[in-house]
Amino acid sequence: MTEAAVCPVLHERDHPLQPPVGFAEAVTGGPVKMRWPNGVEAWMVSSYAGARQVLSDPRFSTRKGGHPEMRTDEGEAVIDPDQPGNINGIDGEAHLRLRRPLSRGFMVKRMNELRPRIQQIVDEHLDVMEAKGAPADLVSSLCLPLPSLVIAELLGVPPEHQELFQATARAMFGKNGSKDEYIAHATKLGEVLAPIVEAKKAAGTTDDLIGLMANDTDFSMDELIFLCIGLLAAGHETTSNFLGLFTLHLFERPDQLAILQRDPSRADVMVEELMRYTVGQLGGAGLTRRATGDVEVDGVLIKAGEWVSVSLHANLDEALCPRAGELDLERDAVSHLGFGFGPHQCLGANLARAELQIGLRSLFERFPALRPAVPVREMSYRTDMITYGAAEIPVVW
Amino acid sequence: MPGNATVRIDQTKCIGSGQCVLAAPEVFDQSDDDGLGLVVIARPPADLVPGVRDAVDRCPAQAVNLEE
Repeated sequence: MTEAAVCPVLHERDHPLQPPVGFAEAVTGGPVKMRWPNGVEAWMVSSYAGARQVLSDPRFSTRKGGHPEMRTDEGEAVIDPDQPGNINGIDGEAHLRLRRPLSRGFMVKRMNELRPRIQQIVDEHLDVMEAKGAPADLVSSLCLPLPSLVIAELLGVPPEHQELFQATARAMFGKNGSKDEYIAHATKLGEVLAPIVEAKKAAGTTDDLIGLMANDTDFSMDELIFLCIGLLAAGHETTSNFLGLFTLHLFERPDQLAILQRDPSRADVMVEELMRYTVGQLGGAGLTRRATGDVEVDGVLIKAGEWVSVSLHANLDEALCPRAGELDLERDAVSHLGFGFGPHQCLGANLARAELQIGLRSLFERFPALRPAVPVREMSYRTDMITYGAAEIPVVW
Repeated sequence: MPGNATVRIDQTKCIGSGQCVLAAPEVFDQSDDDGLGLVVIARPPADLVPGVRDAVDRCPAQAVNLEE
């Protein structure tokens, strides 16, 4: 049997907003067996139908136990597969037991109630940015503090620990970080969180996420603390990167930026298109699953025990929408996979939507002439993380 | 006037993602008790059916069912 080709996930990008060189060509077509640089082989699934199938069929497990987690490097999996509260590493009823109570904290109406507060945080940060004057770094001025402050408030954690949240997130999602480093940060964060949880237990409140978990679920202390760490880390990394990447895509496409500037009230729909396109262009290791039975996907038989990596490049599949490879802010929202699909779909999707919609609309309303201070190609990007984004976005207006 | 289509949510599958509420806010809500999806209009009029179809498509847990 011939050896599977190494997935070009680590290749350089020709352009920072496009997939690594050769990535799209390598993953397009039926499921292709590929090898990660760490030696693990997986079927890469990148069709829209195939991606939805794998992510929603219970025969594909998200449990990574007994095997190094699929990574694009040779680093070790930092999270113990048996870690209590590891919501992304369990299936079925055990997963629903954790997921459902948390969903309550992210309900659409709850997120809508939060919108005025999100707007306030955005406005305050734009005020500071405006007062300091151009040039400014958009990442540290808005992209990073916004989701970080919002998730801390939603959980009910004082914002003064922001740097520790960020350090833990970097260790959790870092490609080459060591397990020891992650454990050191997570332990420290756990020590910060434990008395907060105890205080909310004593008070019996359920008005924030920690209170809700502490007083209205059967979660153990270990589960609760780890879920908090996961939510804080995920709340920082993803939305922050995407707000930056959306802006950069718009800088590169003045015709599309003009559509947003013409009608900022449609920012809600435009965020869906930006999410679809940006995630589709990322390339990367994708969402890992393991077959627990023989399953046919896109005409290929995937056998029990084999690994599958779902590439969200599927967002650019013409089966999803016409001219799927193009960014089109005049498009109506489509059922993209930017937040994943299936029972593990992003828990914070509705929060992220609210932050991205308000953040993007307000940014270009406040600074209609916002533009990059250096070419988008020459900015520095963070390539040392599982997540991808710009390290700094120097802007003028 | 009620329509000819019937909407259901399979509560054993629902994860409370709220995608149905985003797709068709008139037809769906989320329970304050457990966050799971609720059908507010079980037999929606014809003009609300496209939103329900969108909800069926978007539901990550494939828990929304529409019989037309």
